Amino acid sequence: MSGRLRDGVLAALPLAPGPLLFGASFGLLAADAGMSWAAAVLMSATTFAGSAQFAAASVLETGGGALAAIVAAVLLNARYVPLSVAVASIFPGSRRRRLFESQLIVDESWALAGRSGRFEYAVLVGAGLLFYVLWVAGTAAGTLVGDLLDPEAIGLDAAFPALFLALLFPYVRARRSLVAAVLAAAITFALIPVAPPGVPLVVAALACLVGLRR
Amino acid sequence: MSAGWIVVAAVGAATVLFKAAGPVFLGRRELPPRVVGLVEVLAPAMLAALVVTQLVGGDRELVLDGPRLLGVAVAGLALWLRASLIVVLVVAGAAAGFARLLV
Repeated sequence: MSGRLRDGVLAALPLAPGPLLFGASFGLLAADAGMSWAAAVLMSATTFAGSAQFAAASVLETGGGALAAIVAAVLLNARYVPLSVAVASIFPGSRRRRLFESQLIVDESWALAGRSGRFEYAVLVGAGLLFYVLWVAGTAAGTLVGDLLDPEAIGLDAAFPALFLALLFPYVRARRSLVAAVLAAAITFALIPVAPPGVPLVVAALACLVGLRR
Repeated sequence: MSAGWIVVAAVGAATVLFKAAGPVFLGRRELPPRVVGLVEVLAPAMLAALVVTQLVGGDRELVLDGPRLLGVAVAGLALWLRASLIVVLVVAGAAAGFARLLV
């Protein structure tokens, strides 16, 4: 592993319990929803996006059917189009290599990679690799072991919005970024009560239109 | 094929394409300045939307969970006091966890 990639892994280490424990809770939920352990692990390996996987499994678990589960998860993950466009220029190498390495884009690795104000390839791939291994391993463990952990008891449901808040903090010193953040938060807040899960996040991406103004 | 496998295949395929959209289909092409302006504010916009979704997002309802709100409020205070990321996450989780023990 190159030194710079190792820096990315190290930068991501403080967040390591998140993907491991949430991966495990996804495994538990998927098993509860009637998915086989192989299906759950394969979903973590190919989709690698927590919120969409939780959405899909919970729709299946409550009997919403495959179509509703797919729509909810795909809408949730549509945000990866603007996220991947934002980091498109940092990926080197062949088309096939970019195809594989771009799969390491996940909210946390993406946000960590941009923490210095410009996106760093080594941080995105290093952090993404660590989160990927932990996420898949956690899922496998969750499908196999019983209901041993309670994410709510250790406050993980508060730690995740806190994580995004912490990653947002450095951006809002710039006035235009602050305006976009407030607008996106307002759109999301307004749409959550009326739109299916996932839609508010996608529509909130429209707040970036404030970036068009000179 | 069970419903579970259909969901895994469809969501997996769509997500692979979403994540590859920038790096595979755009490559290292330079973005026009107006697009750069858009992209610069994408990060704060999406992060703010993620904060709200994870904090109060439910299935077509706002979920106001006392301990979770308290945890994130404490995290906001820690951020304002310039605490490090790991400290922010730990105090958020601890505050929410302890609050649940009390109620």
